[in-house]
Amino acid sequence: MTIKEIQNEIIDEFSMFDDWDERFQYVIDLGKDLPLIDEQFKTDENTIKGCQSKVWVHAEEKNGNIIFTADSDAIITKGIIAILVRAFSNQSPKSILEADTDFIDEIGLKEHLSPTRANGLVSMIKQIKMYALAFQAKN
Amino acid sequence: MFDVQKVRAQFPILSQTVNGKPLVYFDNGATAQKPQVVIDAISQYYSEINANIHRGVHTLSQLATDAYEVSRNTIQKHLNAKHNHEIIFTSGTTQGINLVANGFASIVKAGDEVMVSALEHHSNIVPWQFMCERTGAKLVVIPMNDKGELILSEFDRLLSEKTKIVAVNHISNALGTVNPIKYIIDKAHSVGAAVLIDGAQATPHLRPDVQELDCDFYVFSGHKVCGPTGVGILYGKESWLNQLPPYQGGGEMIKEVTFEKTTYAELPHKFEAGTPNIEAGIVLGTAIDYLNSVGFDNIAKYEKELLEYGTKRLQEIEGLKIYGTGENKASVISFNIEGIHPYDIGTIIDKLGIAVRTGHHCTQPIMNYFNIPGTIRASFAFYNTKEEIDIFVEAVKKAQRMLS
Repeated sequence: MTIKEIQNEIIDEFSMFDDWDERFQYVIDLGKDLPLIDEQFKTDENTIKGCQSKVWVHAEEKNGNIIFTADSDAIITKGIIAILVRAFSNQSPKSILEADTDFIDEIGLKEHLSPTRANGLVSMIKQIKMYALAFQAKN
Repeated sequence: MFDVQKVRAQFPILSQTVNGKPLVYFDNGATAQKPQVVIDAISQYYSEINANIHRGVHTLSQLATDAYEVSRNTIQKHLNAKHNHEIIFTSGTTQGINLVANGFASIVKAGDEVMVSALEHHSNIVPWQFMCERTGAKLVVIPMNDKGELILSEFDRLLSEKTKIVAVNHISNALGTVNPIKYIIDKAHSVGAAVLIDGAQATPHLRPDVQELDCDFYVFSGHKVCGPTGVGILYGKESWLNQLPPYQGGGEMIKEVTFEKTTYAELPHKFEAGTPNIEAGIVLGTAIDYLNSVGFDNIAKYEKELLEYGTKRLQEIEGLKIYGTGENKASVISFNIEGIHPYDIGTIIDKLGIAVRTGHHCTQPIMNYFNIPGTIRASFAFYNTKEEIDIFVEAVKKAQRMLS
């Protein structure tokens, strides 16, 4: 599936929820289900420091695509990371660089991407794009 | 007779809804809400007397200058300072501390010591670190115990003739601990050290008497005492303020300027370079008058009730741990729930209309001491209610259910 298709699928899933607590509960559950990042990749180098919650992102290349694994010490942050990983992992560097993140607005989590939330997510998206750029340059 | 409903009616912001829920504002440690008299005074200043101060001969300038100086006198009386020129308008607590730390850089020498405590806000750590880097002085830290209280025997041990200034907060922003500043001031004076008290968290709850305390400097912020943002006060003993060099150069702080030499103006103008935040300076006086009309005895008594009730209710929650359990505490409850990140709790209860602070509260050394990423901090003001605490406790319980 393309990034756009995955994003539309996520939007569909979220459209089933009527109120905020169901939406948040889903994000929390996604956070709990996020495959664990290999402990060896929870390095300072892979840490994105938000003001309040920590985020780790690790990237590796497989058959021309980038595989992201990530984690956070806060579960809501982790849930949103799970959504981002689902949308961007196992995609080519080029498609990652071209993709936008508007779908986050559409699933009602826009406030989490505002820089004032200081939760490291904005930096995480930047980091995902940086990895894509780096892998593209390498090839 | 203190009537919280009457008090609440004076704060327009408290009647609004947030995320469809009535606002419960428990982030008073970050900033206080403003009563109508303060909001009106801001508008009145700009509608009626806006002019630059201490400069013009015209009527408006005189009116604005008079209002500014009346505010200075109000604050002088409030703090019981000996002279009104010991009251310096600043932009806030942070600037007050920086002004003093910068001044002390010309007094301390390599090998001297500056003492802060483990409970300080970053703004009462970093300016002293800058000063130590410039001078070669050493930063010494008074440690705290597991209750979040300063260990006074360690303070006694660390204090020496080398100590030139001790900078501690009156009340800890992260934990609510009320520090024994009278003891610290007297002890520090016995070795000839000056003492700066960071009163940012204390001034919303109590009325400090700077002569009785005998502190050398006392700083606080306007916005935390129901006043405007962008204004604060540095109280300094006349002798110290005369001794310290000016902080910033500019207009109003000079007596005479030639290209060869500038002589400085008298206190307080020596430390008030440039056009100040005139409106905020004037309205800070209004805010202080307002708080005195509510009465600090009433505030203290009522906030103690809120603290006791909030502490009792929160302790019903399984796995909840309160940080800052000292004997003498302001109406601040800092806590975590086992296995849950404070950011997650803050995010969920925001959806329920509740404003609290989560994170390290600009006190990373305290968080490191407890080995936690941060806490959830509920800080109560005299306009909060027990009903709000009930709503808050239910919200935290809901967040706990969702997150575990």
